Amino acid sequence: MELLLLFIGAVLINNVILSRFLGICPFLGVSRRVETAFGMGMAVTFVMTLASLMSYIVYEYVLVPLDITYLYTIAFILVIASLVQLVEMVIQKSSPSLYQALGVYLPLITTNCAVLGIAVINMQKEFTLMQSLINGFGSAVGFTLAIVILAGINEKTNYNNVPKAFKGYPATLLAAGLMAIAFLGFAGLIK
Amino acid sequence: MEIKQIIFAAVSIGALGILFGIGLGIAAKKFEIIKDPMIPKVLDLLPGVNCGGCGYPGCAAFAKAIVEDSVSPTLCSVANAESQENLAALLGLSGEVMDKQVAFVMCKGSNTVAPLKYEYDGIIDCSYANYMQGTGPKLCEYGCLGMGSCVKACQFDAIHVVDGIAVVDEEKCTNCGMCIDVCPKDIIESVPLKSTTRVSCMSQNKGKVQKESCKVGCIGCKLCAKVCPVDCITIEHSLAKIDYDKCIDCGACVEKCPTNAINVFN
Repeated sequence: MELLLLFIGAVLINNVILSRFLGICPFLGVSRRVETAFGMGMAVTFVMTLASLMSYIVYEYVLVPLDITYLYTIAFILVIASLVQLVEMVIQKSSPSLYQALGVYLPLITTNCAVLGIAVINMQKEFTLMQSLINGFGSAVGFTLAIVILAGINEKTNYNNVPKAFKGYPATLLAAGLMAIAFLGFAGLIK
Repeated sequence: MEIKQIIFAAVSIGALGILFGIGLGIAAKKFEIIKDPMIPKVLDLLPGVNCGGCGYPGCAAFAKAIVEDSVSPTLCSVANAESQENLAALLGLSGEVMDKQVAFVMCKGSNTVAPLKYEYDGIIDCSYANYMQGTGPKLCEYGCLGMGSCVKACQFDAIHVVDGIAVVDEEKCTNCGMCIDVCPKDIIESVPLKSTTRVSCMSQNKGKVQKESCKVGCIGCKLCAKVCPVDCITIEHSLAKIDYDKCIDCGACVEKCPTNAINVFN
């Protein structure tokens, strides 16, 4: 029950984009079409869940015993970068079509602050392994939800007569802001 | 003491990095992919614009299909004659190069000659306008709506709306077929670049209706078919059609056409 609440909290209330403002660059950059946005979301889900697991292991079994926890940022970046590399290799070998679908997004995730952010939040809140996994997965689902919704809005507004000054990113930012306000409504969901 | 700590931090993070590096190295060996060396060579000769005109998702997929499934490289309409020959030579095929084709919009009912049924104030997109009553605001239900769905679809900046009618820039057109697919009126067609006499109308309206809806449309009077010395024009559903294989570009029909629906291009 507690894990379920954690999951819902990570998806809706502490949405990684709309309430924590992490991972804004892919959120704005890859939200032109629902299809690509969903691909990006899937790639992030994959990496974020794995990164939660790996960073927990590295933190708990390497950094804490060696008493160098203050180096967690570098260590986590190292973990995420090599993880993305590994995942890319495995996917390229095992499923070329998925590799094609994810395309350039997979390497892009290396520099996605949301992945690092979730790893750091997991550490700061002293989550257990299970909690870290659920939090990572839930946040990634929240990321996918937000980016797919924004891509849907973008697809619709493409056909509207947007005033010239608001064309492109201004309209996208306005939509993102309104989405964040809408997601604020979820705040009372869990006490 | 502090130096010791710094060195310890550097060494431990370095060790972690080396550990991951070795892991990645082993993984790279294990998951190595053996690629046919022909694929990158073929890919180099393809235009690399990823237009999808060949039916494959991008040039890389097409190159793979050429090498692995022996698909004909002539499916690529974007590659010019020279690169087609190079491709054929590389693959050891007979260098059969097709005539260059271009897209052609078979309508010239611009705003001045083709009146509207009603004022349209909706989404500026042909496929949406085509859903409106009477398939769009134009009185002639066959004519170009001029809202530029084809312009948006074109990746080569080769089609533009001029005076309410889409016009193809034949220099830039690669015959990828994107505009042909997207046009809700189906008035864009691939024609040989060297054909100069073309019918600029797709309307199947009878003479009187046609004259009311557009001054420059084909009324199906058959004068062109009678005057043609090589019998290359057929009239079906009161619309003239030229067989480009037979046409000798003599220009007799162009002079005879009472509504100027047949024109000389280039």
